[in-house]
Amino acid sequence: MSKDQTNQCCCGGNNEQFAKLDEVLVKYEGVKGALIPVLQEAQNVYGYLSKDIITRIGEKLGIATSQIYGVATFYSQFHLKPRGRNIIRVCQGTACHVRGAKAILQALEDNLKISAGSTTPDLKFTLETVACIGACGLAPVLMINDDTHGRLTPEAIPGILAKYA
Amino acid sequence: MSQVTLSIDGNKVSVPSNITVLEAATKLAIHIPTLCYLSDLSPEGSCRVCVVEIKGARSLVTACTYPVSEGLEVSTNTPAVLEARRTVVEMLLANHPQECPTCQRSQTCELQSLAHELGIRNVRFTGEKRKYQLDDSNPFIIRDNSKCVLCGRCVRVCKEVQVCNVLEWTERGFTSKVTPTFDSTMKDSSCVFCGTCVSACPVGALTEKSLFGVGKPDKKVKTTCPFCGVGCNFDLNVKNGKVIGVTSNLEGPVNGRLLCVKGRFGTDYVHSPERLTVPLIKKNGNFVESTWDEALDIIAKKFSTIKNTYGSDALAAVSSARCVNEDNYLMQKFMRAVIGTNNIDHCARTCHSPTVAGLATSFGSGAMTNSINEIPDCKVMFIIGANPSEAHPVIGAKMRQALRKGAKLIVADPRKTEMAQKADIWLRLKPGTDVMLINGLMHIIIRNEWSNQKFIANCTTGFDKVKAVVEKYPPDLVEKITGVPAEQLYKAAKLYATSERSSIFYTLGITEHTCGTDNVMSLANLTMLTGHIGKPSTGVNPLRGQNNVQGSCDMGALPNVYPGYQQVSQPESKKKFEKAWNTILSDKPGLTLPDMFDAANRGDLKAMYIMGEDPVLSDADAHHIRSGLLNLDFLVVQNLFLTETAKLADIILPASSFAEKDGTFTNTERRIQRVRQAIAPIGKSRPDWQIIADLATRMGYSMHYDHPCQIMDEIAKLTPAYTGVNYDRIDATGLQWPVPEAGHPGTPYLHSGGNFTCGLGYFMAVEYEPPAEVPDEEFPFLLTTGRILYHYNVSTHKYSKRLSEHAPEERMMLNPEDAIKLDIKENDLVRISSRRGSVTAKAWLTDAVAPGIVWMSFHFSATPTNEVTNGAYDKVTKTYEYKVCAVQVKKA
Repeated sequence: MSKDQTNQCCCGGNNEQFAKLDEVLVKYEGVKGALIPVLQEAQNVYGYLSKDIITRIGEKLGIATSQIYGVATFYSQFHLKPRGRNIIRVCQGTACHVRGAKAILQALEDNLKISAGSTTPDLKFTLETVACIGACGLAPVLMINDDTHGRLTPEAIPGILAKYA
Repeated sequence: MSQVTLSIDGNKVSVPSNITVLEAATKLAIHIPTLCYLSDLSPEGSCRVCVVEIKGARSLVTACTYPVSEGLEVSTNTPAVLEARRTVVEMLLANHPQECPTCQRSQTCELQSLAHELGIRNVRFTGEKRKYQLDDSNPFIIRDNSKCVLCGRCVRVCKEVQVCNVLEWTERGFTSKVTPTFDSTMKDSSCVFCGTCVSACPVGALTEKSLFGVGKPDKKVKTTCPFCGVGCNFDLNVKNGKVIGVTSNLEGPVNGRLLCVKGRFGTDYVHSPERLTVPLIKKNGNFVESTWDEALDIIAKKFSTIKNTYGSDALAAVSSARCVNEDNYLMQKFMRAVIGTNNIDHCARTCHSPTVAGLATSFGSGAMTNSINEIPDCKVMFIIGANPSEAHPVIGAKMRQALRKGAKLIVADPRKTEMAQKADIWLRLKPGTDVMLINGLMHIIIRNEWSNQKFIANCTTGFDKVKAVVEKYPPDLVEKITGVPAEQLYKAAKLYATSERSSIFYTLGITEHTCGTDNVMSLANLTMLTGHIGKPSTGVNPLRGQNNVQGSCDMGALPNVYPGYQQVSQPESKKKFEKAWNTILSDKPGLTLPDMFDAANRGDLKAMYIMGEDPVLSDADAHHIRSGLLNLDFLVVQNLFLTETAKLADIILPASSFAEKDGTFTNTERRIQRVRQAIAPIGKSRPDWQIIADLATRMGYSMHYDHPCQIMDEIAKLTPAYTGVNYDRIDATGLQWPVPEAGHPGTPYLHSGGNFTCGLGYFMAVEYEPPAEVPDEEFPFLLTTGRILYHYNVSTHKYSKRLSEHAPEERMMLNPEDAIKLDIKENDLVRISSRRGSVTAKAWLTDAVAPGIVWMSFHFSATPTNEVTNGAYDKVTKTYEYKVCAVQVKKA
């Protein structure tokens, strides 16, 4: 048989790691339609939504984990894998595209040794592409966390990354 | 409901105002094609195949969601409608892999049939195909998401019908996909393999593994499931004279499309290579193949000799709740009319005899008071000593449907079962303290004046005595003995007593105790105290365990009653049956199952005829059973398989399975339903009724029936509750007894309006008594037993390959705290020993059991749990106390 009919708690008895999550859950106890705010706050605390977190939210809110998983995978704002400490958003919009955004993305992928949409194994960087960040005058452009870096060349990438390493 | 008139394609129709255009069209027999729609699910309107034109509407609308209204003018096949449908289907086809020739769903595929119906020749669009890995991680279901058309029917059946919430929409846009949580395989998900999603899938995305690579069935035969007492109907798929699998039959009156893993995927036992195919006679300790003539002649001679030498009461028979009513009727007729004894019993003794005795005492009728399809409308469900999610899975689904509709749930169970986890109030009582608990609840109800005084006064008798007894069960005492906090008792008492429609559901957690009959009468007291009986969705419902255990009791396969519970000791009943059977009958009640084995051990019983049961594995204290059987002069076993009991026989007769014979099963809600022959008997096996009739005739008592329907006609003549039953009437949906006269529509719920079968309901004062054996220093653990979802009693573990592949061995539940003390880890082999015997099993560490308690099933012959269980029994009905015994647990 592959599983327990009678599930054990997912945390194996270690409730401490969920203390902060439980604070969030207490806040939303009995509130209808609370799933998305709970997921947002949980992600704020833990950086991403792990299986254990989703399972615990399901238990506490009485919502099937399948439904939570469905919601979490529907919205791009939710992440089911750990994210890097620094989030790189490299613009692929029209203006940036014209001014060589592809080469910038390639340089990032080569330097970080990951492809767009993933995270470095040391959890330093997550690389994402975005359609436009509204700074076309600086094209090609990228953002790392809240910092904007514009007028980029592939050669400039290692230096920029080094500031965040 | 008010009516509205609308026109569809120029045809006027008057319909209730709360239906949809699609439903209205169905009434006019106007066909509107659909894809995401299923009549038993909420409409979603997402596929847009069912679009229609409505005069004055801005755009086409989906017929499956559009409500009817007065004067609506609907057109279902205008050029715009047809073009829209075609476009929708062509877009689906553009993304659909063109694998039709190799697809299992080919010819029954709804996408294929839509393309044909809409006359699509060339698909105008080319699109990307989805490419996902095939999930065939389990023995039952193949999931091929590449073929999924995202209609969502599987998601909705999983959510609304089975209510397990395993499958769900994930991702978005083109990458949308239906998966279990975390995109796991079905094996690693919480899926229970009911296969309802398979029955709902219009394409080849979800298919039965069993039906892969066997071709299309030659025919489908609607019949009744041979496993538990729910009585689901399904279609046996037959090809080249073999059962190749099972598919849902939506006409099933109990279950519709729902089935459980056993019914849908476990009938492969029919063609197990272990089936017995010829009569076997033991010669010099070995079984040798024989003929029916030789075997039956020897039995006839031997039975006659024993009867003449030692008297009729030196013979006994065990009938079977697995067999059809007609088999059971003939078996008891054989023992009574041919042998001349009432020594006949069957496994109802080991399960629900206390129900039959207890409820008959209290209400005059010992059966489930309500219907299974009343469950979703319960307001409060009180489940005590039952695990429907595993033992009666389709009833479990109906209960989850009730919860989805807002019903409240009280569960009394020592184990954290699925239902206990879902409960609003979980009363985790210590095993064997049920009377204490129920008396405690009644104490609280009386004290708070939540009782139904009017019902007590008008419909019952004996209340004062019960009141006086339960006075002695205050919450603090009850808390001490049962372990359930007083506050929870109060909450449960209030919830149950004050709701509009409360139903009690119980099974063997109530009956398999030395105080089993007391437990049942206590529950009857509780229902009468609150007046929660005699209305839809309101009553006390024993969920009977085996497919036909209700029927085999109804048929009088019991030592004290003829068919229809007519007492053998009563002169009028005796006279009635003597006349009907043209013989002299015994008025002495016969031996119960435990009595039989006691008598065999003493040497008083000389011969036994055991049909369809395996008491060595299934009865408590196996050692005692085996020694009794070995002590007999002559043992005949009639079975599908060489069971542990059959191994001890002198002659084994090969019987036919449910798929090879006609007959009827009576399910737990008293519904008499048809079992239909789908294939010819395997080998030289014969239906049990034919074997019995042949044997009787050889013993000089002519029994001749051309077809089981003639046996049913005889049953109907002699059994008051079955009077209006015949094969024609029960053909489509069965009938629920009592059916007291020809043409009677049957009885969905009993004791309507508090008019009990026996007149006034009888309050029986019941005092708490502890179990026969409780843990002590030497045997410190309390062992309690039950069933798991994936097996059916002692018959599937060996003979259903698929079920055994999924659940191959016994796993004993042990609380992690105890495991630490005993230094036992998950899957360690442990030895479980009692005063009677000892077995080994793998450890399953789970907080489903409380510290000090261990739990085992009894499905596996490699772990014969009943070597350990206690042969102590209920003082009234002699039902074994399977649910409590004291054991030691050690690392093996």
